[in-house]
Amino acid sequence: MSLSIIELEELARKCRVEIVKMVYRAQAGHPGGSLSEIDLISALYANYMRVKPDDPDWGDRDRFILSKGHASPGMYAILAEMGFITKEDLHSYRVLGGVCQGHVDMKWCPGVDFSAGSLGMGLSFGMGCSIAARLDGSNRNVFVMVGDGEIQEGSIWEAAMAAKHHELGNLKVILDRNRIQNDDFCESQMRMFDIPGKWKSFGWEVMEIDGHNTEEVVKGLDFLVNTNDNPAILIAHTVKGKGVSYMEDNPAFHGAAPNDEQFRVAMEELGEVIA
Amino acid sequence: MSRMAATRDGYGQALLDLASNEKVVVLEADLGKSTKSLHFRKAHPERTVSCGIGEQNMLLTAAGLASSGYIPFASTFAIFTERAFEQMRNGVARPNLAVHLCGSHGGTHTGTDGSSAQSIEDLAIFRTLPNVIVMHPCDDVSTRVLTTKLASVNQPSYTRTARNKTPVLYDGREDEIEIGKGIVLREGGDVAIIACGVMVSEALKSADELAGMGIEATIVDMHTIKPLDTELVNSLAKKCGAIVTAEDHSVIGGLGGAVAEYLSSNIPIPLERVGVNDRFGESGQADEMLELMEISAPYITKSATRAINRK
Repeated sequence: MSLSIIELEELARKCRVEIVKMVYRAQAGHPGGSLSEIDLISALYANYMRVKPDDPDWGDRDRFILSKGHASPGMYAILAEMGFITKEDLHSYRVLGGVCQGHVDMKWCPGVDFSAGSLGMGLSFGMGCSIAARLDGSNRNVFVMVGDGEIQEGSIWEAAMAAKHHELGNLKVILDRNRIQNDDFCESQMRMFDIPGKWKSFGWEVMEIDGHNTEEVVKGLDFLVNTNDNPAILIAHTVKGKGVSYMEDNPAFHGAAPNDEQFRVAMEELGEVIA
Repeated sequence: MSRMAATRDGYGQALLDLASNEKVVVLEADLGKSTKSLHFRKAHPERTVSCGIGEQNMLLTAAGLASSGYIPFASTFAIFTERAFEQMRNGVARPNLAVHLCGSHGGTHTGTDGSSAQSIEDLAIFRTLPNVIVMHPCDDVSTRVLTTKLASVNQPSYTRTARNKTPVLYDGREDEIEIGKGIVLREGGDVAIIACGVMVSEALKSADELAGMGIEATIVDMHTIKPLDTELVNSLAKKCGAIVTAEDHSVIGGLGGAVAEYLSSNIPIPLERVGVNDRFGESGQADEMLELMEISAPYITKSATRAINRK
């Protein structure tokens, strides 16, 4: 199946509703980075990932590694839409014994390929998956989503260097450039200057898009899957908290839940009718 | 005089033994010449991943390979495995991926490179991680056998090897070596000395010294620190009533710590721990380091008599 632009936008909207509901129910979690990434990963799963929701451990599946593992509500929302988990499972977010652990965990949740939660680790893990695919003679892809604050971790650059050294053309990174990290705007925490230039200088193919413009998202994901000679990175310029007015571009909603009134406003803005 | 060899050579040999298994892959961080994975690299470059001088990336690349059905063996100096501790914790141990990490040049025995290269805390830190097997074999034969066995173990491991040569104990005795089972090398009823790695041969020397004093010691090679062979420790405690541990590692948290934890909860008998006494080393020859750290055979002997006197 391949969804149209309008269908992709509706899918992302539904995911946004679930993201906010999860964080509201748990009264904890990370809405901002989930809302900034969701247009990208929902389109990725809907139109690009070769996976089998009824056989989540299928060996030759494409891998998706959410390295910014705190943005788990976004991933759980699309996994539920795809049928890896149920809508009921979303109620287990941050609940004892739940498949939806605070940070995505491959031991707990079907469809999760990497146990995240510590930043800077997913790209290296993805490298291992890429090398395995090559050794298997498989053309499966490995997608890794990293945050912009996350690339302040030094080991990201160990992996960036190594991926080019090993010519891992099946390794595809999406960078969620939402400009906000835990404490504040990235600019105040650690200026990163020329991010595209840094990746280019490491030998990567680079494309920049507006991560909320669905047509650009599709072009960007096309670029990733069609770039097979070099590791490739899609730098998606996004807005943290996208879709909920008071969360947008607001560092306070990196890791905070809405209260009752804020929740009501969010549902209204996302076009969700609450009985 | 017995044959002398370095445990790291046993590791290199084991990788060659395992090479016929197409799922075995080797990862290096620019120290393959030292850890001895270079032999595998030469024979199977297509299944060897150079990670440059980047241990954190190496550990997680190994984890990704393990998650995709491969059996990765990654090595660097013991001290540099510590740099990737959190990768081992969060990326390997937590999802229980069977990544096999080897730290060579462990302990003060590594010698003249000095204190920056002398890991004295690796066994302790990796022992704290759920799911992780921790081993420190004493000769090349047991290292080869234990490393080979790891390929069929479905959980991660850390194995410390040593740079310098030590006496070979297990030529022709390969069948006695099992992960998680200590090996009794000498029987005696007065005191039990439980050692690992380069200290096993020191413990055997100490047993001779003790015999000269009329004291009979049981000597155990506890090559697996986790899971600890508690059945054996229990029987030694009952039989001898006093135990000494000996390791080229901090007295905090390693073999001595593991034995102390078991004894204190189950059969509290006198225990003396011979190890590096919460300090750093310096440059020196291997034998000089064991003297400086006060862990060579005479110090084990002294500790044994102290343990016996506390009965």
